[in-house]
Amino acid sequence: MEPLLSVRGLKTYFYLDEGTVKAVDGVDFDVFPGQIVGIVGESGCGKSVTIKSVLRLIQNPGRVVEGEILFRHQDEDGREKTIDLAQLDPHGKAIRSIRGAEIALIPQEPMASFSPVHTIGDQIMEAVLLHQDVSKEEARRISIERLHEVGMPNPEQRMKAYSWELSGGLRQRAMIAMSLACNPRLLIADEPTTAIDVTTQAQVLRLLLDLQEQHNMAVIFITHDLGVIAQIADFVVVMYLGRVMETGPVEDIFFHPQHPYTKALLESIPSIYAPAGERLPTIEGSIPHPFSRPSGCPFYPRCKAFMPGVCNTSTPQLKPINDRQAVSCFLYD
Amino acid sequence: MTQYIIKRLLLLPLLLFIFSVFAFFIIQAPPGDFVTSYIAELAASGSSMDQAQVEALREQYGLDQPMIVQYFRWVGGMLRGNFGVSLDWKRPIMELIKERLLLTVLLGAMTFIISWSLAIPIGIISATKKYSFIDYFFTVFNYMGVATPTFMTALILMWLAYSYFGVSVTGLFSPEYVDAPWSLARAMDLLKHLWLPALILALDGTARLARVMRANLLDELNKPYVEMARAKGMSEWRLVLKYPVHLAINPLVSTIGWYLPMLFSGSVIVATVLNLPTIGPLLLRSLTNQDMFLAGVIVLIYCFLAIIGTLISDVLLAWLDPRIRMEA
Repeated sequence: MEPLLSVRGLKTYFYLDEGTVKAVDGVDFDVFPGQIVGIVGESGCGKSVTIKSVLRLIQNPGRVVEGEILFRHQDEDGREKTIDLAQLDPHGKAIRSIRGAEIALIPQEPMASFSPVHTIGDQIMEAVLLHQDVSKEEARRISIERLHEVGMPNPEQRMKAYSWELSGGLRQRAMIAMSLACNPRLLIADEPTTAIDVTTQAQVLRLLLDLQEQHNMAVIFITHDLGVIAQIADFVVVMYLGRVMETGPVEDIFFHPQHPYTKALLESIPSIYAPAGERLPTIEGSIPHPFSRPSGCPFYPRCKAFMPGVCNTSTPQLKPINDRQAVSCFLYD
Repeated sequence: MTQYIIKRLLLLPLLLFIFSVFAFFIIQAPPGDFVTSYIAELAASGSSMDQAQVEALREQYGLDQPMIVQYFRWVGGMLRGNFGVSLDWKRPIMELIKERLLLTVLLGAMTFIISWSLAIPIGIISATKKYSFIDYFFTVFNYMGVATPTFMTALILMWLAYSYFGVSVTGLFSPEYVDAPWSLARAMDLLKHLWLPALILALDGTARLARVMRANLLDELNKPYVEMARAKGMSEWRLVLKYPVHLAINPLVSTIGWYLPMLFSGSVIVATVLNLPTIGPLLLRSLTNQDMFLAGVIVLIYCFLAIIGTLISDVLLAWLDPRIRMEA
């Protein structure tokens, strides 16, 4: 099967007065139709910048400097054509006809992502009207249907509600309804459950899984929460400092992690089976400052398997180690 | 909402009463009265008055009565629609201020329209094209606008208009219309003259307003709802105008209320320089001459306009921002 989205060698840099921040520095991954890909990593590893680069939402002083973002675009007649999003003008018509229509975003903070002075109905209808040639009444009908679909009680009345009149969970549901407005083929969820409490979080995850199945969408799910990844993802991309460390199906990542970073991450999850009083293993050190990235493998200063003269001199490339997983580490060279 | 407006309007008489007390006693506060300053004026021109004449004058104007009595006479008269007679001009106050008030409000409205229709677009362009040539251009323009006193701008423009085009730009009417009764021709003549003083007065406000708009909009442009609108596929201009501009303009709307009273007093110098028949110079003169009834009426009108202006801006704000509606 051909991938729906294929990111190759993506580099997104921010040119600041103090220097260049290489937020994303060579990222490769694929998303197949109907697949849920989880991108996991610590804060600042470039996962949000990666997906914003895919949507070409990076603002000055940031820029997509290199790489391909190949997307299987479907025109009105249903014909498919692969286009490189990285080549498009970030303000142009072409990318705008894809944003919201074929690739939709669920943002991190539903509260701040709705305008506080416009009703949610107005904003959802707008999403419909932007990409579909329908009348206002029809757009309204579609919006109410979407709200109903995401389990919003009294969707008709809620059309008139403002985002700050809803609870956190309902707000996120309204946001999901807005993202689904045009039946996207790829849904990008940027830490959609971070801002809500754990019980609501579980409901929202369940909802996303149901919707993904019904609409047969592909989903990119970004989180720093490995627990969430285990629940939702089919395939996992582990990122560190703007690079992909390891990719693989979710079972392999959790049961047979290969990269020292993935192993360390998994070890630092608290377990209810751990003996009482035992210290939680952590990853030594902290993430380097964006201006002082280590040369070579970005993880080597914190890596237990550090090989002097190898890891700190050249950068390992992401290579398949079996038919499922790929790792960028010199241990597997 | 209607309930809120009615509540605010019901408060109006009470506020006006309080203001009238303050206005009256503050105007009375400086030592002496109109007669004293009248005597001083006479002395300056070489003539004088004997004590009996002075007393007679005081009695005629009711200045020999206690303050309280004077106050109630004044207020009582106003309640019956009689604003009294100006001591200085020896003419009914209503007659004196009627046209000036109209012209002042017109000038204010014009100034307001010019400064908002210049400042808002300038602010939007400067913010969305931050640090571009056009932003720097407007920044310099704005600083000049803020730093140049308006009377200076007025003087320069007057000089330019006179020396290069041979036009005199003072006043609000051509000489033949100054004392003519209102007619269509007179109104057209007014429009021909009104825009220049309005532009001069607007430049100062425009500069400030544009700076505030730019700063407000810069704050809003980085908010997640802007990025979300982009992610929906909206075009940049459409989304900027619909979302962040709406939110950035709200704080400015709350300043509309002060606008008219500010212009009343702020335009005194410009009005003097340009010889505009507005209310500012009249107030200034009435205060220096201790023409207290005239000053009192003008100050009261001031307060009335300030209250109405604030009400208008509050209503506008509630209309623009549903979060404020909730609290009302």
